[in-house]
Amino acid sequence: MNHVATHRQILSSEIVDAIRARFPRYPTRQAALLPALHVVNERLGYVPPEAVVEIAELLELAPAEVQDTLSFYGFFAQDQPQGRTTVWFCQSCSCAARGSEGLLVYLCKKLGIRPGQTTPDRRVTVRAAECLGACDSAPAMLVDDVLHKDLTGEKIDRFVESLKGE
Amino acid sequence: MYQPVLLANIEKDNSHTLAVYEAGGGYRTLRRVLKGMSPADVAAAVQSSNLRGRGGAGFPTGLKWSFLPKDRPGPIYLCVNADESEPGTFCNRVLMELDPHQVIEGTILSGYATRASTAYIYLRYEYPLSLRRLQQAIDECYRAGLLGKHVLGSEYSLDVYIHRGAAAYVCGEETGLIESLEGKRAWPRIKPPFPAVEGLFRKPTVVNNVETLACVVHILDRGVDWFRSIGTPPDPHDPRDPGSFGPKLYCLSGHVSRPGCYEGPLGLTCRDVIEEFGGGVWKGRKAKAVVPGGLSTGLLTAGELDTRLDFTGPVQAGCLGLGTAGVIVLDETYSMIDFLHNSCRFFAHESCGQCTPCREGTQWALEMVERIKAGRGRLRDLDLLLEIADTIGIIPGTTICGLADGAAWPIKNAIRKFRDEFEDYIRRTNPAGYGVTEPVPAMGEVVSRQYSVDSSVHI
Repeated sequence: MNHVATHRQILSSEIVDAIRARFPRYPTRQAALLPALHVVNERLGYVPPEAVVEIAELLELAPAEVQDTLSFYGFFAQDQPQGRTTVWFCQSCSCAARGSEGLLVYLCKKLGIRPGQTTPDRRVTVRAAECLGACDSAPAMLVDDVLHKDLTGEKIDRFVESLKGE
Repeated sequence: MYQPVLLANIEKDNSHTLAVYEAGGGYRTLRRVLKGMSPADVAAAVQSSNLRGRGGAGFPTGLKWSFLPKDRPGPIYLCVNADESEPGTFCNRVLMELDPHQVIEGTILSGYATRASTAYIYLRYEYPLSLRRLQQAIDECYRAGLLGKHVLGSEYSLDVYIHRGAAAYVCGEETGLIESLEGKRAWPRIKPPFPAVEGLFRKPTVVNNVETLACVVHILDRGVDWFRSIGTPPDPHDPRDPGSFGPKLYCLSGHVSRPGCYEGPLGLTCRDVIEEFGGGVWKGRKAKAVVPGGLSTGLLTAGELDTRLDFTGPVQAGCLGLGTAGVIVLDETYSMIDFLHNSCRFFAHESCGQCTPCREGTQWALEMVERIKAGRGRLRDLDLLLEIADTIGIIPGTTICGLADGAAWPIKNAIRKFRDEFEDYIRRTNPAGYGVTEPVPAMGEVVSRQYSVDSSVHI
């Protein structure tokens, strides 16, 4: 009797193709690691251990080498998928000088979570960020690809409302 | 009257497109250079101009390029440092969003001068609009024969790729950037060897800031004499001073009426920038302290605002240097304890962890400032903080990179220039314990290792 070990792939062929598409840019496979982590983090919402092993195979690295790089960049989620929307809320000098700390606390209280957490319905993750380079419109938060500028309590109220709609 | 060149295009509709860039004279310089100048000619012009890097260190660009070996077989790499993460700094973002072709033209000219075959733009993750605009501009360039094989039909070929970062300040350090590009943790390298000799993928590499590359276009367009007519000439008493020539983008933020990115000659005073560009301190208040060049450069007091923002002025005022010319204004109502807490948290988080003085020093500095802020500080803590600050960094010679010097300077300037405020705060909030000199226990509910900014926010 043949024993066939079923190995369930966590990286879809679409993800694998997107990673492979980066290979020609670099003389080493390892240089495609950060782009690979971004592809996986975007599509799956995080980079779990199973993905670490599959990325390692694709890039001809040891899983420990992938984990070494992955664990350095706190940007990537490792434990559980992030929400559908991720908010990066700047806490650095210029934003703090213009009230960002209180506004982040306000946003988190409205959503019922602490910074770093995701709402139970997985709608949104809020992360405290270091300088976003938006100091000319402080306080600011990056919501996926869109910068929300010159934040006030009212703008945060409107933002939280807008999350309910979708 | 100074006429902007770096920001000359940004008000135009669709300034980020090839059509608008070329209509305004864009790539005319590249065409002329490829027809009539050798790579050595271009490098010589940049060297004569005394252009100094705009990313924070101010190293003379032509000199950096001259370290490339003349006889080694390729490839040579050019890395565009678009990781702009210094708090208070956003001028690279403005250039990439509103005039990406200027950045690309500077990249191609510099690649030509250094004989680079590939340029990687290491772009911080948090600039999604810059990513879209730069990629769009790169695609337009390939279609128009401005990039790829035989640029504009010449012998020179260049490929440009964008490589996205992952929110690590240390990737702004040139060897941290290189390690990150290679797919590793961003632990800076010991120098020598310098990247020009052994850099990316162990090949000769030059890493240059976005604004520095934009300046290259104008040096070749308007000439070395024009460039040297702007800014602060070298100190005649210092034969090693290259001067502070050329235009500079000043980023103004914090407690001002008009935060924004403004262009002027190098050497404007801090007061000029705040008053002329920024409309003065907001709400009719006065400035208490001003960061001159991004958080890591430290603080100027209200009495030091006539400091010239060039490569020597801030140093003479006891700051780390010009840095990125990211000017952050803090008014008379702002607490220096809050400023220092914010700064120590930033550096403790961003320390890459490789060197013990930085990894441990930034963490202990944060914990001490937190204990002070919570009302359990001692006067002795101020001296301990200064002891840490005076001993971590490449200047005291204890770390591999300058992140630690950046962590140290806000501590030094805040405590030395505002000592009374810190002492008053400590005496007032800890009347029973401020005089204690023996070690004190750690705070009960301390978050002992601040690996994330998230855990530093108290709800």
